[in-house]
Amino acid sequence: MATLVNILIAGLATGAIYALVAIGFTLLWQTSQTINFAQGEFVMLPAFFMLAAANMGLPFWAAVLIGFNVTMLLLGWGFKRLLVDPMLRHGVLPLAIATMALSVFMREAVKEFFTAEAQPFPSIVPATNIDILGAVVSLQNVGALGVAVAAVLALQYLLTRTSVGHQMQATAQNPTVARILGVPVDRMILYTFLINAGLVALASLLITPIYLAKFSSGEVLGQAAFIAAIVGGFNQVRGAIAGGLLLGVVDNLAATYVSTQYRAAIPLFLLIAIILFRPQGLFGRAEERTV
Amino acid sequence: MTARRSRLFAAIALVAVAAALVLIPLTLNRYGLYILSRWAVLAIAAIGLNLTLGYAGQVSLAQGAFVGIGAYTAAILTTSAGWPLLATLPVAIVLCFAIGWLLGYPALRVQHHYLAFVTLAFSTLAFLVFRNEEWLTKGIYGLMMNRPAWFASPLSFYYLCLGSLGVVSLATWWLIRSPWGRAFMALRENPIRALSLGIDTRRYTLMAFAIGSTLGGVSGVLYAPLVEFVDPTPFTLALSLDILMMVIVGGAGFFFGPFLGALIAVLLPEWLRFTQGFYLILYALLVMVLLVYSPQGLLGILDRFLADRRTRAASAARAAAAPTLEETA
Repeated sequence: MATLVNILIAGLATGAIYALVAIGFTLLWQTSQTINFAQGEFVMLPAFFMLAAANMGLPFWAAVLIGFNVTMLLLGWGFKRLLVDPMLRHGVLPLAIATMALSVFMREAVKEFFTAEAQPFPSIVPATNIDILGAVVSLQNVGALGVAVAAVLALQYLLTRTSVGHQMQATAQNPTVARILGVPVDRMILYTFLINAGLVALASLLITPIYLAKFSSGEVLGQAAFIAAIVGGFNQVRGAIAGGLLLGVVDNLAATYVSTQYRAAIPLFLLIAIILFRPQGLFGRAEERTV
Repeated sequence: MTARRSRLFAAIALVAVAAALVLIPLTLNRYGLYILSRWAVLAIAAIGLNLTLGYAGQVSLAQGAFVGIGAYTAAILTTSAGWPLLATLPVAIVLCFAIGWLLGYPALRVQHHYLAFVTLAFSTLAFLVFRNEEWLTKGIYGLMMNRPAWFASPLSFYYLCLGSLGVVSLATWWLIRSPWGRAFMALRENPIRALSLGIDTRRYTLMAFAIGSTLGGVSGVLYAPLVEFVDPTPFTLALSLDILMMVIVGGAGFFFGPFLGALIAVLLPEWLRFTQGFYLILYALLVMVLLVYSPQGLLGILDRFLADRRTRAASAARAAAAPTLEETA
């Protein structure tokens, strides 16, 4: 029982972080049909920005602040202007391939210019244990879960209760009509890229203390985000949340109760089952196709 | 007349390239031959993916897994069952055709990125099987295998790979000119319209996957004796992405795209060797720049140039003809 509570909390914590990454992923897809195969590397990189700033002798909070800003600039604005904008009109596939090349580029650049070794990363929550329902739970996990949930709620508030959020949703649903109604569509698309950059920077800040900063960690994270997005539904923010949480719990349960050899296969079976039997995801709407 | 002249030019270029591929290796050392053989083997896999992706429009991130299945079929049957290499080829073909056919089923329900992720999941699952089913694949210890006696020397093995590439190319050339090829392209351009014109899109989707995967398997049967040691490491998702990049960089949907893409993917790391660890960074950067400039890949640039010249020639001819038309009127 106590271990089960432990696994559930750890699962929810990683799941909430997956959800952050998956939300960014679905936002990019909704507003600009960008399938970002580099999303995992987008989570890996901000930790290194923060480490680089900290190595220059800055206090941790300032390094985090700089990390966030550099991420927004490079992985938000820069990514949109340099890669997405010129390629968008050529369709989904060439852009998806270009993001694959981008992921290789980011991974190798970190390996060559920074380090190939895993780096420890300070946690914003002290690494002590606390008692919940008779189970000893890591405060780090609880903290990650809390911050991630707060971020998701704030984003949900932005999207559903504010004017900017409504304009972003209109852009996602029908850019042409939104433009006719006076929504600055291009600026809204830029906002989604900035929000995505903010989400991956936050995810990076939360998950790196648990898994260490390493150039290759993006592969696992990216795959988890894709699976969470597809399981939950590609066109719904709440779908990505549910998908992330479900995946985190399933992943942690599989790590404990299934053979370690095939642990990695369990989320993939979940993915294949969802795609075959409910391709729109648990919460998603079916997308119409035009002839 | 210009059409006939350009066709003649293309034929001469093709013969020259074929002659170069036969003659140049005579001057190469062991390593050069290995690189060129590797090109021929990977080009076969890329041709298969070009059929699935370039002609039929179905995204697949699993071609590397089929190369792995082919390589393991060859390695297991030659080492533990003592079969000759040639006899393992039909087994690999049937196996990859069947698995490719099954992998096509999700494509009947979902498209684009969903399909990409199903095939990605398949690729990862195949890797897990290669690594974990030790009774069959020896897991991470891998399988040693020898090249067949007739093709033991690097040069003769290269000719085996080149010959196979030639056979595969001719078969593919015939296939895309046949009604099947037309049906594949109809499927890519507009599946619903293709269906309404009476094309059995269901069967052709499955066929596109099965045939593309089969060529992956053929490539694998040659890959095993090329490297002479088969273990799970080469057959990760990275190989599937590599082959996908070959197809896109060369030019998806162009017949010669995979040849060019594979050549670049195999040779560029060699040329960039002086940069040491930076070659992957440069390669990734070049791919991004190329795709921003020409999403249709390298042959897309050539195609655009030729189309441009044709249009210009046509409008020049029209301008020359216009006054005479007015005079006669």
